[in-house]
Amino acid sequence: MIVAKYRKSELISNYTILTILALTCILPILLLFFNSIKPQEEFGINPLGFPITIRFANFVDAWFIGEYAQIFLNSSKLVIGTLILNLTVSGLAGFSLAKLYPRGSNVFLVYLLVGVSIPAQMFILPLFLMWKELNLMNTHLGLIIIYAGLNAPFATFLIRSYMIQLPDELFDAAKIDGANTLQLFYRIALPISWPVFLTTGLIVGLNVWNEFLFALTFVHDDAKKPIATILFAFQSRFENNWGLVNASAVMMMAPIVILFMFFQRRFIAGLTSGASKG
Amino acid sequence: MSVFFSKNSIAWYFIIPVLAIHFMVVALPSLLSLALCLTDWNGFGKINYVGLENFYELFDDRYFKKAVWHNIIWTFLFLTVPIALALTCAYLLTGITKGQMLFRLCFFFPYMLASIISCQIWKFIFHPLYGLPAWLNSKGIDFIPAVSPFTVKETSLYAVAFVDGWHFWGFLVVIYITGMYQVDNSLYEAADIEGATKFQKFRFVTLPLIRPIFIFSIMIIIIWSIPTFDYVWILTQGGPAYSSEVLATNLYSQAFDRFNVGYSSAIGTLMFIYTIFIVSIFGVLRKLGWEI
Repeated sequence: MIVAKYRKSELISNYTILTILALTCILPILLLFFNSIKPQEEFGINPLGFPITIRFANFVDAWFIGEYAQIFLNSSKLVIGTLILNLTVSGLAGFSLAKLYPRGSNVFLVYLLVGVSIPAQMFILPLFLMWKELNLMNTHLGLIIIYAGLNAPFATFLIRSYMIQLPDELFDAAKIDGANTLQLFYRIALPISWPVFLTTGLIVGLNVWNEFLFALTFVHDDAKKPIATILFAFQSRFENNWGLVNASAVMMMAPIVILFMFFQRRFIAGLTSGASKG
Repeated sequence: MSVFFSKNSIAWYFIIPVLAIHFMVVALPSLLSLALCLTDWNGFGKINYVGLENFYELFDDRYFKKAVWHNIIWTFLFLTVPIALALTCAYLLTGITKGQMLFRLCFFFPYMLASIISCQIWKFIFHPLYGLPAWLNSKGIDFIPAVSPFTVKETSLYAVAFVDGWHFWGFLVVIYITGMYQVDNSLYEAADIEGATKFQKFRFVTLPLIRPIFIFSIMIIIIWSIPTFDYVWILTQGGPAYSSEVLATNLYSQAFDRFNVGYSSAIGTLMFIYTIFIVSIFGVLRKLGWEI
C-alpha cells in the first residue's frame, strides 16, 4: 500500500533524504567492522577508511589475549540459563492467564504492569545486599535469576497474548480424553505456540546478551564476566589497541547480526510488541 | 476434591513460579528500598530511622539538583529530535515501495546493538587523534575542534544523548510506520480530492490516526529518560566535573562507591514516584476517553 503518491522529483528527494539517514545508521557500524580488520600501524594514517592491508589476526589476538573462549562461554551460559528459567515460568503463567481463567488474575496483570514501570535503580542496591546474604554474588546463577525476573513481565504478556487466541475447543477435546492441566500445557499449548516462544526467546536472549547494568553490579570476577562488561574493562585496559578492541566488539555483535538476518521480522515484532497493543 | 486441587488453585499454581521470581528480584527489594530511604544505613552498622532527613538533604544537594536538571534536558531532547526525525522518516518511507524493507532494517539495526558497542563506535568517531573532527581538520575544515566532546564540560551531556539517540530513534521509525500502515487509504484519496498538500495530509490525516502510537512513544520516552544509565556510565561516568551526571549515575555512585544506602534509596524512591505519576497521568487520560 502506498500512503502518498509522489511525483518523480519528489521521489528522488525522498530517496536522498532516506539514504542519508540510513547511512548515518549503518556507516558507523561499518567503520567498526573496518577497524576490526585494520593493523594497529594503520590507525595513524587511515583511521576512518577501509583498511589498506587486511589483518584478520586481530580476531585471533582478541580471542587469546582477551580469553574470549571463557567470556563467550559465560555469556552463553547466562543466555541459555535465563531462557530455560524464564520461558518455563513465563510459559506456565502465560498459559494459565490465557486459558485457565484464574479468579483475580487481573490483580496479577496490574502487578506485572507496575513491575515493568519500576526503574532498576529503585531496587538494585537492596537486591545487591540480598544477593550478598544469599551468596549469589559473583555467580552466574544469581544473574540468571535476576534476568529471568526482569524479563518475566514482557515474556508473560507476549505468551499470554498469543495463547489467548487458541481455540478453547482444542483443550476441551483433550480434557475429554482425560488429559490433566499440565498435559494440556505441554502436549497441546506448547507445540502449537512455538512461534511465540521463538520470538520471546530471541528478545530475551538479546536483552541478556546486551545487558550492562546488572552484569556490572553483580559479577566482579573477571573470569566470570559476560562480554558486555569485559568489553567495558577492555576499553581502559587496551585503550590504544584499537584493532583488538574493535575485533572484540565485532565478535560480540556477530551472533546478533546472524540471528537478525534469519529472524528480522520476529525481532522487530517482538521489540515493538508493546507499541501495537498500547 | 479438596480446595488445593480445584480448577482455580491449579490455575494459580501455574502463575506462582513467575510471581515468586519477579517478587524476589523486583518487588521485594523495591519495598526494602521504600523502607530504607527513611534510614541512614550505610550497609554495615546499625539501622537508624531518620524520617525524611534523606529527602531534605537531597533537596540541598547541588549534585542531585544538577542531575535532575540533566534528566529534564535529556527528556526534552528525546521528546523533540528523535520524534521529529522518526516521524519524517516514517512518512517518507510510506511513500516508496522499492527498498522500503532494506531502509527499515538499516534504521532498526542500531536499536539492537549493545550499549557498550554503540558507545565504543562513537568514542572512536569522536577520538581527538583518529576521529572525524581530526580528519576534517586535516582537510582544512577546522571550525570543529578536534577534542572529544565527551571530555568537554559544555558538550558532554549532549554528546552522550546523541549516542543514545542514534541507537534509539530507529525504534520510533518502526513503530510509527506500523501505525501509518493501519491508516485507511481512502482517507488519503479523499484528502487528494480536496486538494490537500503533503504537509496537510500529514498533519490532518496521518498524525491524528497514529495518535495512540504517538502518545505511547511520548510516554515511554518520558519513562525511559529517567533511569538512563548505560550510555552515561560507559562514556563519561557522569563527568567531567559532574557535567553529564544524571539521576541514575548519581544514585549508582552514592550506592556502590559510598554505600549510602538510605540516601540512594531516597533517590530511587523519587524516581519510582515520578514514573508511577507519569503512568497514572496517561492512565487517567485514557479513562477520560482520549483514545490512547
